[in-house]
Amino acid sequence: MTSQPIALETAARRGWRYSLRRFSRRLLRSRNVLIGTTLLATILLLVTFGPMLSPYNPELMTPAERLKPPSAQYFFGTDDFGRDIFTRVLYGGRVSLLVGLVSVAISCTIGTLLGLLAGYFGGWVDALIMRGMDVILAFPGILLALAIVAVLGRSLPNVMIAVGISSIPLFTRIVRGSTLTVKQLDYITAARALGCSDGRIIWWHVLPNVVTPIIVIATNSIAGTIITGAALSFLGLGAQPPTPEWGLMLAEGRVYLRNAAWVTTYPGLAIVITVMTINLLGDGLRDVLDPRLKLD
Amino acid sequence: MTRYLINRLFQAVPTVILVSILVFLMLHMIPGDPAQVYVGEREATEERLNEIRELMGLNRPLPVQYLDYMFKAVQGDLGRSLNNNRPVLDEILTRLPSTLELTLAALLIASVLGIGLGLLAAIKHNTLVDSASMFVALLGISMPVYWSSLLLIILLSVTLRWLPPIGQGSFDRLIMPALALGFLSSGALARLVRSSMLDVLGQEYINTARAKGLPGRTIILRHALRNTLIPVVTILGMMFGQLLGGAVITETIFARLGIGRLYVEAILNKDFTMVQGTTLFIAIAYVFINILIDVIYIYIDPRIRYD
Repeated sequence: MTSQPIALETAARRGWRYSLRRFSRRLLRSRNVLIGTTLLATILLLVTFGPMLSPYNPELMTPAERLKPPSAQYFFGTDDFGRDIFTRVLYGGRVSLLVGLVSVAISCTIGTLLGLLAGYFGGWVDALIMRGMDVILAFPGILLALAIVAVLGRSLPNVMIAVGISSIPLFTRIVRGSTLTVKQLDYITAARALGCSDGRIIWWHVLPNVVTPIIVIATNSIAGTIITGAALSFLGLGAQPPTPEWGLMLAEGRVYLRNAAWVTTYPGLAIVITVMTINLLGDGLRDVLDPRLKLD
Repeated sequence: MTRYLINRLFQAVPTVILVSILVFLMLHMIPGDPAQVYVGEREATEERLNEIRELMGLNRPLPVQYLDYMFKAVQGDLGRSLNNNRPVLDEILTRLPSTLELTLAALLIASVLGIGLGLLAAIKHNTLVDSASMFVALLGISMPVYWSSLLLIILLSVTLRWLPPIGQGSFDRLIMPALALGFLSSGALARLVRSSMLDVLGQEYINTARAKGLPGRTIILRHALRNTLIPVVTILGMMFGQLLGGAVITETIFARLGIGRLYVEAILNKDFTMVQGTTLFIAIAYVFINILIDVIYIYIDPRIRYD
């Protein structure tokens, strides 16, 4: 009697491992995944090690070097406080990627959990959770994040929380839908007949089958949260000066559009390139992992 | 149809109530004492704070305060600004036309651009045109509106001197913010239109039309286009939300006196009655916009029946 659930469990473990191997093989064949991964790895290397190679302090003000155009000395020029923009863009990358990762970690964990519970248990649990999602979705775009920051106060950690909370429904809806489908399958009934607990069924048998859409959404929402996070800092509600943050750098450079456009050009380029890279990777992952969502 | 509409409105009631409770509680979730929040940064003695508590009814139990807030809200009283003591709703309504003008102009641009790019990509499927269109779409999705706005100012105002950089009230001042905002939403739309068009082009009735010997243009424009555009309505709500959210940023950059800018300024000034009122107004308006879009969807797609 006890041996059967164990056998089932090893099968499930093998399931996790098997699907990972299959995915990695298919991943390597996608052009979008390859380009996206290469670019992202380059960006990660740059923001991790780049700042160590730069001779400049990202926050130190040197008024004598104010608003210098790009040159061999300052690759991206300097800002109105004489700080090297290249160095600040590299440091800013750390901040933006961190905002993206932490916010998505928040929304992905909570959203997936709620989606699993809603889809698996149904009934009032489902009704309650989905009503909650309706409430979050009632706030258009970045409005909810703005409202949360208004309550919690302006700071970078609060931005991560705010952006994280507002993208919970993305995950909950998709995971709930997939769970509803998986729940109907025979092997779930079999697992239940063998006496598996709900928790064990959800973790070992449902989750591995809903994990692909989660990966796809998580990747794409990192791109989205980087934009939103920088937007909040742009509006003055996130990172505070003198933090090198892309959105904040754009806001500070706005005054100099006429005579020192480089102050805004490079942080802007950094955001677009990073976000495009992540979106490209997300598109590739979607094509490979979730062919139903494929664009053509 | 009417029954569906009534049903849909009825379903929205719990959402609206929950939203209003949340918005009401905002003031109480701010760390610290609500009376102190009303006073703001100014110094206040304990007696003065007590007076404010009495005056604002902050001593009463929360449910009573909530009902009082809602009772006034449905009569159009969202309180007064902590900043300039003007009625919150008046302020919102004064600023509403500017935001509507911007959002609708952006929606128009996003539609023309998105549908155009999507159709082009689908018709020239698997060619360079397709790849180029989808690259522009990816750029649209990845471009933050606060940077595209700055680029437009650099290009159209600083370099070419065609348009005034900021302000509102005339057509030439609407172009840049609407372009920046419209481009933001066009990417997702272009992708949707492309996949939807490819889907439609693969269907039997298109084969029939081809077999009849109809010219390609007629097939695309008269037979395929209509069905292609049906799924577009489903993302209209999302687009509208994105545009409203984006308006917060474009209005700030282009110094437009809209609701978005009002909202950001209220947050920065800690004008919490204004933040509360605006949040409630926008959220409830958005719930109704989504209902409206659902109704339009049924109206244009006779295959769907909800009753």
